[in-house]
Amino acid sequence: MSDEYDNNKTYQAQSSETMGGSAPTSPDMDYVRPAEIPDQELYHGHSFITKWVFCQDAKVIGVQYFLTAVFTGIVGLILSWLMRLQLGFPGAAGFMTAEHYYQFVTMHGMIMVVYFLTALFLGGFGNYLIPLMVGARDMVFPYVNMISFWMFFIAVAVLMASFFVPGGPTGAGWTLYPPQTILPGTPGAGMGILLMLVSLSLFVIGFTMGGLNYLITILQARTRGMTLMRMPLTVWGIFTATVLAMLAFPALLVSAIMMTLDKILGTSFFMPTILQAGEVLEYGGGSPILFQHLFWFFGHPEVYIVALPAFGIVSDLISVHSRKNIFGYRMMVWAIVGIGALEFLEY
Amino acid sequence: MHPGIIFFLVILGSILFHIFTPWYWTDIASNWGGMDDTITLTFWVGGGVFVAVCLFMVYCVFKFSYKEDRKAEYKPEDKRLEKILTWATTLGVIALLAPGLIIWNQYVTVPKNALEIDVMAWQWGWQYRLPGKDGKLGTTQVININDENPFGINLDDPYGKDDVMIQSDAINLKNNRPVKILLRSVDVLHNWYVPQFRAKMDAVPGVVTFYWFEPNKTGEYEVLCAEYCGVGHYAMRGTVLVQDEQEYETWLGEQETFLDLIAKQQNLVIGDTKLAKNNNLNKE
Repeated sequence: MSDEYDNNKTYQAQSSETMGGSAPTSPDMDYVRPAEIPDQELYHGHSFITKWVFCQDAKVIGVQYFLTAVFTGIVGLILSWLMRLQLGFPGAAGFMTAEHYYQFVTMHGMIMVVYFLTALFLGGFGNYLIPLMVGARDMVFPYVNMISFWMFFIAVAVLMASFFVPGGPTGAGWTLYPPQTILPGTPGAGMGILLMLVSLSLFVIGFTMGGLNYLITILQARTRGMTLMRMPLTVWGIFTATVLAMLAFPALLVSAIMMTLDKILGTSFFMPTILQAGEVLEYGGGSPILFQHLFWFFGHPEVYIVALPAFGIVSDLISVHSRKNIFGYRMMVWAIVGIGALEFLEY
Repeated sequence: MHPGIIFFLVILGSILFHIFTPWYWTDIASNWGGMDDTITLTFWVGGGVFVAVCLFMVYCVFKFSYKEDRKAEYKPEDKRLEKILTWATTLGVIALLAPGLIIWNQYVTVPKNALEIDVMAWQWGWQYRLPGKDGKLGTTQVININDENPFGINLDDPYGKDDVMIQSDAINLKNNRPVKILLRSVDVLHNWYVPQFRAKMDAVPGVVTFYWFEPNKTGEYEVLCAEYCGVGHYAMRGTVLVQDEQEYETWLGEQETFLDLIAKQQNLVIGDTKLAKNNNLNKE
């Protein structure tokens, strides 16, 4: 960051010299001066490990995000085949018990919404496209960016591990509504749900690192002449979605932590006095509705966290392939921002 | 085949499918025709926009397909057109939202003569409680629930003693009499839903939720749990029998009240151990 700032200063000094000392006092929007920014020291991985595994290059991280997301997406896809198989030919496959069906529904939903789409559009396309499209050398915090991916990777690993623990993954439905989620009447109410909550928490932490990177890169590291109102709509979509995500995901994180406490320590954030198999449990005074508030404070914006980057990408693709500029670009930008703002009212 | 024609066939197919689909909603048997009207309006608005946008695409595909000697027109903005599109969208969204608010207002405004029914849900079944001669339901608490007191009625509540208890997943309703469904759950989220009545609401442990409807067609209907509640969710069903007044009164007369239940249990138990237990609860 500081390097670039210094570069700009040298550049300004140079340009005022070449223009005969009559440098404009305010930056001219229409005239973009030829940039002569000296080369910067950028991240270069030299060994295989630093180039492809623990890499700080946004493009490689983008590809890593993309591949990991596609892998989880394929798992989610196979789960949906199994569900369809059961619906089309009930009982044809012996292992499709009610428990497994609910587990597959849950894991399919969670994988597709969070681990596939969010990671693909923001982690994958975001990392790959933002620096290229706004003309930045790289993300502003490459090291944090690398950690962001590896947090996501661990989150996926924990999620996948839940398929192999006793009781299997959680079958609570992707909304994870308590009290049902942590009671024995639900498949995977033991280890399965705990791993899901841990995985979600890791995902949110990792995503927050990535999200800060996207926002600050877009706001601070754009190239000369790339004003906000000149950014490609793809970047606008990713930007707005990231703002939504930064506001929405913390609600998911706290609800995951609170539910973990309910499960392990027997706190009663979400647990009222309830009866299980004729016995009154030790919980009392909590509110299942509180969880629904927290969950949907994340869940409603999540729809547009996933949709807005796609809107942007579609706009750019159509305009490029029809060889026309985007009609009503400024209105489109405000529409994207407006959708983002309205989204929080929907909750 | 020209892509425009394929696109047009997709539009035509969607409309035809909507008209001739074998999967449509069941016949309505309550006062909530407004719900159906709202969904129909949603179909019209959503379908209208879908057809309009898609037909415009078809038109563009035909009109503006690639020609070597034609250059694209540069037209970045058009204030008037953008204004029209914005307002048309706003109107569409209002048409989608406003009727819902009106219906919701009716939904939470229960008529005065509605019969209150306590629907108690658990994993995985239903039971029902009707007010006795005093017309009022006794208050309840989850912690009171045991074999002698299946509904958890507070024993010191005088309104609770004559409550009619239906310990079965089948309940009868009087035709053309509004009912207020009071929902409670003793464990997890459930939802008492009869598709023909077009109304539902989550039963949330710790609170009592409610909604109302007026059955207007006699017959037997199936109750479905409409909120995922664990591994037995799919089997959590019940039945509702909507009857004319006379049959309903006969049925109601045959049901057991809370007092009957207490008396029966006192007769069953040798000694007064269970009564003593009840009395203890009473003091608390």
